[in-house]
Amino acid sequence: MDPQPEPVSYICGDCGGENTLKPGDVIQCRECGYRILYKKRTRRIVQYEAR
Amino acid sequence: MKKASVMDIPDVPKGQLPPHLELQRTRVLCGSDAPTHSEGIQYSGAYASMGIDNSLRLDDFCNKFRVEIIQLTEDEMEFDMIGIDASVANAFRRILIAEIPTMAIEKILMVNNTSVIADDVLSHRIGLIPLDVDPRLFEYLSGNDSPNERNTIVFKLHVSCKKSGPRITVKSDQLKWLPNGSELEMASPNPSAKPKSYTSFTCSQDSLPEFSNKPIGLKHEDIIVAKLGPGQEIELEAHAIKGLGKTHAKWSPVATAWYRMLPEVVLLEDVEGELAEELVKKCPVNVFEDIEDLATGKKKAVVANPRACTLCRECIRGEGWEERVAVRRVKDHFIFKIESTGALPPEVLFSEAVKVLEDKCDRVISELS
Repeated sequence: MDPQPEPVSYICGDCGGENTLKPGDVIQCRECGYRILYKKRTRRIVQYEAR
Repeated sequence: MKKASVMDIPDVPKGQLPPHLELQRTRVLCGSDAPTHSEGIQYSGAYASMGIDNSLRLDDFCNKFRVEIIQLTEDEMEFDMIGIDASVANAFRRILIAEIPTMAIEKILMVNNTSVIADDVLSHRIGLIPLDVDPRLFEYLSGNDSPNERNTIVFKLHVSCKKSGPRITVKSDQLKWLPNGSELEMASPNPSAKPKSYTSFTCSQDSLPEFSNKPIGLKHEDIIVAKLGPGQEIELEAHAIKGLGKTHAKWSPVATAWYRMLPEVVLLEDVEGELAEELVKKCPVNVFEDIEDLATGKKKAVVANPRACTLCRECIRGEGWEERVAVRRVKDHFIFKIESTGALPPEVLFSEAVKVLEDKCDRVISELS
């Protein structure tokens, strides 16, 4: 079995608040009830050439 | 009738070119339509039929060549190079723009960027910021080298805008120098391995004697990098390396380096009275001046400031003016201007350019021998 999947935090498309969701959760903002949530930017380092 | 040798006839000069040929050799003549005689006479035997040697001799060059500095400030220099061929002057110009190394930001490690400006655009903007570092203290970072304190400068930028607050402007002074190298760790596939940094500095750069009393910084601290709205954040690391302007313009040590030939404005006849006033008015850069002749009380035009001439040819436009005024350029006199971006002072840049040309000549000589 896979290890327990980590909760992922999302950003609400309406109020901008942070939401932490687990698999199976309803996709809805806890603050305002908006149903569009955005994934956060990766914390992985992205390398660019300054050109 | 008295007999005269053909060589004594005055219009056959001895040992020197007749005036019209000398003019064509040393000046570019600017007619109202187009310049003429703009090419240099290179061929050594060009005037052989007149018994004149046109070959270039090193002694002549050494005796005639002069450099006169007109203006010198921290970032700008104007000087005259006299007695040199356009090809050499142009070689210096091209070397200044493209072949003198400087340090510039080349690699951006973007940790977070939630601003409206895209990662690649932001990276490009940061790359163009001029750094205040002497590039001669650094080595090139070649393909298989690891970045160390001798070839890399690391800067950090970490700014965020408060959720409840006004928008902020990120300026270049918020880039902070990291003398100990990169603070970020490379992601590695096995988490048990010791994390590796993006640079491998053996010592801190501020412990090196070159930088201990003059920390590495940016030339201008008020360059706008980005703007952040409430809640937005930029976190990144910028790695600067040594490079040449021919690779990318961000490594060019000059904002611009250019030259022009010395203008020569000659009045072919006296320009007096109303014509003098007209001539003064014709010129947009005030090359001419009218002075009152004390004896006659008439106004007379004189060439007061030929250096300001931009070759607009306004003064020779119109009926009869080409017979009164001659606009020329001196072919071997260059007004050279260097505007440094700040890594090195302009006079040092020029001597570096001379060294680069010297190296190139050495290479040609060793290839031939």
